[in-house]
Amino acid sequence: MSDSVVRVRGVDKVFGTGTDKTPALQHIDLEIPKGAFVSLIGPSGCGKSTLLRLIGDLTQPSVGAIDVNGKTAHRARLDRDYGMVFQAPVLFDWRTVQGNVELPLEVSAKDKAVRAARARAMLALVELTGFERRYPWQLSGGMQQRVAIARALSFEPAILLMDEPFGALDEMTRERLNLELLRIWKQTGTTIVFVTHSIPEAVFLSTHVAVMSARPGRILEVIPVDLPQPRNDLTREDERYFGFIKRVRERLRGRDVARPGAAEVAAS
Amino acid sequence: MSKRFAYNAPAVLVFVGVLGLWELAVRAFGIQQFLLPPPSSIAGAFVEHFDELVTVGRNTLTEAVGGLLIGGVAALVVAFAIARWATASRALLPFAIAANSVPIIAFAPIMNNWFGILSPLSKMMVVAVLVFFPIMINTLRGLTLVDQGSLELMRSYAATELAIFTKVRLPNALPYIFTAFKVSATLSLIGAIVAEYFGGSRSALGQFIITEAAFFRFANAWAAIVVASVVSIAFFLIILAIERVAIPWHTSARIADSS
Amino acid sequence: MFRAGRSALSFLVVIGALAVLWEVVKLLGGDPNGGWIPPFQWTVASDLNMPHVWDIGASFVEPAQRNGPPLGIVLVNAGIFTFREAFGGFVFGALLGLGLAIVFVHSRLLERALVPYVVASQTVPIIAIAPVVVIWLRGGWLAVAVISAYLTFFPVTIAGLRGLRSPDPRALELMRSYASSSRDVLLKVRLPAAAPYLFAAFKVAATASVVGAIIGELPSGIRDGLGGAILNFNQFYVSGPPKLWAAIIVAAFVGIGFFALVRVAEAMFLRGRTAPSDA
Ligand SMILES: Nc1ncnc2c1ncn2[C@@H]1O[C@H](COP(=O)(O)OP(=O)(O)O)[C@@H](O)[C@H]1O
Ligand SMILES: [Mg+2]
Repeated sequence: MSDSVVRVRGVDKVFGTGTDKTPALQHIDLEIPKGAFVSLIGPSGCGKSTLLRLIGDLTQPSVGAIDVNGKTAHRARLDRDYGMVFQAPVLFDWRTVQGNVELPLEVSAKDKAVRAARARAMLALVELTGFERRYPWQLSGGMQQRVAIARALSFEPAILLMDEPFGALDEMTRERLNLELLRIWKQTGTTIVFVTHSIPEAVFLSTHVAVMSARPGRILEVIPVDLPQPRNDLTREDERYFGFIKRVRERLRGRDVARPGAAEVAAS
Repeated sequence: MSKRFAYNAPAVLVFVGVLGLWELAVRAFGIQQFLLPPPSSIAGAFVEHFDELVTVGRNTLTEAVGGLLIGGVAALVVAFAIARWATASRALLPFAIAANSVPIIAFAPIMNNWFGILSPLSKMMVVAVLVFFPIMINTLRGLTLVDQGSLELMRSYAATELAIFTKVRLPNALPYIFTAFKVSATLSLIGAIVAEYFGGSRSALGQFIITEAAFFRFANAWAAIVVASVVSIAFFLIILAIERVAIPWHTSARIADSS
Repeated sequence: MFRAGRSALSFLVVIGALAVLWEVVKLLGGDPNGGWIPPFQWTVASDLNMPHVWDIGASFVEPAQRNGPPLGIVLVNAGIFTFREAFGGFVFGALLGLGLAIVFVHSRLLERALVPYVVASQTVPIIAIAPVVVIWLRGGWLAVAVISAYLTFFPVTIAGLRGLRSPDPRALELMRSYASSSRDVLLKVRLPAAAPYLFAAFKVAATASVVGAIIGELPSGIRDGLGGAILNFNQFYVSGPPKLWAAIIVAAFVGIGFFALVRVAEAMFLRGRTAPSDA
């Protein structure tokens, strides 16, 4: 237990006040072990982004507590434990690729030589060496997202929080970036929390898939995906890979077809 | 180069054509000088009074630049100061916009009384008030209309307010600021000339035009009008050039580069 | 309704605050008033340069000329006169501006040939060519409206061009797949898409039209409007500074009023749609 990086306990999140209340998340309990790759999957609007933002201390729970590395999420953010990647790359037009990757290092006041070296190493990691002096708008969507990943990794965060990072990309680019992300994950050993609405993507990438229900969002089940590591193109042809996909899909549908699923979670 | 020429050819043709037609029409229909002097007379007047036109043009340009600097700096200082308080700037913006719809030139005679009718400072102050609101409003917009994702990103780094300001808000505002300054460049020259209309030194474009027109020397007045436009366009282009250097990432620069 | 009342109220509060600030400046650096000797001596704050708020207020009810109607009435009439010129200029300018934008959106050639001159036109100091326009059009408020239109067409042309170009190319392709005429494309896709851009430009144009009307009156010898009043009271400033201030206040109200009118029209027409802001 002591090696869990993220611990979410009894968290509710309600947006708005008075008559205008929206319960977004209910009774969320989640433990993420060090080095895990956890995907959050669920119907749109079920609170995946909200949960991710709660972990990253970009919003605060209405009830419950969140610990990260044995401290509060707030403390963790101040200690710069997070690397975040959103669906949009959110790169600054006025900075070069190198400048964008250096941004978090500048904010944490690293000196210039360290910044430059670190940024170059991260760009090499996402295979963008040679593009340092370009501006974001000179890159394709996939390349921009890789810059965003390099930026998120640049100060060696304990956790990488990714909100549908490949959602806007075409299938081929997405598959390539999936492989690249797995390689980076292995190489750096970071813990990753990954929001997606693609079942195959969740199964392919993750060590654990957390399946969530529609509003108010709850975690129906955390499915461990013990497909062999490292994953590669062969994984996508593995019989068990399809088995997991089927299982996640049924779990997602579960709420419509049969209720017992909820009891199962409560019992577990 | 030739592609660029082909692109601009229609505009050049229109220029030449209009000048030619103008000259022809004035001669063919015997249009009076006071209605419209032909381009040739204007060109003649320009050559003849070149030195004087340069002097009056420079004096007016000084007023315009001085006013733009005073008003621009004041506007930037105010915008930077109040952008720090989100609610204050949201509450103030409607009033700034309302103030922007006040016909500022009405203040020209007041400024003459305040700062001396012959002093260039009175014209500068008209210009300063004239450009203050557009620059202030645009700067405030640039500082506050920031992409929410960028702000979240900075928050995830636990960035200080100062870092958010220098690394996000200010770069975001620069294109807005340059847009305002480009518009204000033209505005400042027109403002200076209008201010001169309410009285001022004889050695400035506004008074020169009034005097020449009063003595029916319309070719001279038109030559001065041409000087005013040319100076104004030059002023605009200078700010545009600074913008290109200062914010190479901006969309308008990008489009120009790719053509 | 409630919101309109509230913004009117806050507007009054701001005006009140400005009046108080004005008097505070005078208390600090103005002329001695009764037994009060201000600690500073600022020329700008003298009674000649900054008349007391109550003196400006009083000037509205005093006759403008001996045995004439009160200044307030005179200025309101002048304001209406100038507003009429400005409104005429606004309508001419908006129609011309929109017409040009429609032409340019349909012809790249004409756009390339003429847009540089549309832009350059705004660098010509209108006050300098105003006398010529007045002679051409034989004076009258129509001449002033044309001068005012010269300032108003420009923002409408530029914003109109951007707005007409703003529809999603896919929407245009969709229309093409219906084999619709370019008139249909204009009416059903381009103009609705341009509406928020146009209203943003109309707000700028409303202000510009008032400026244009005031400037246009100056050299044209028209004395019935605010431009004439400002010129007139400027000449007699030393004998009655509050009158010039009163004229300026009325001019400010005409400017803000016209702007507010366009805002109301925008709110009714667009219901909250806005154009992407400028940068
Ligand atoms: N800032 C907010 N204010 C009010 N409601 C919000 C806010 N953010 C999210 N919500 C609501 O919370 C629910 C979950 O949103 P979100 O976490 O974005 O879902 P997901 O990422 O799973 O699609 C939605 O119903 C959404 O409308
Ligand atoms: Mg989401």
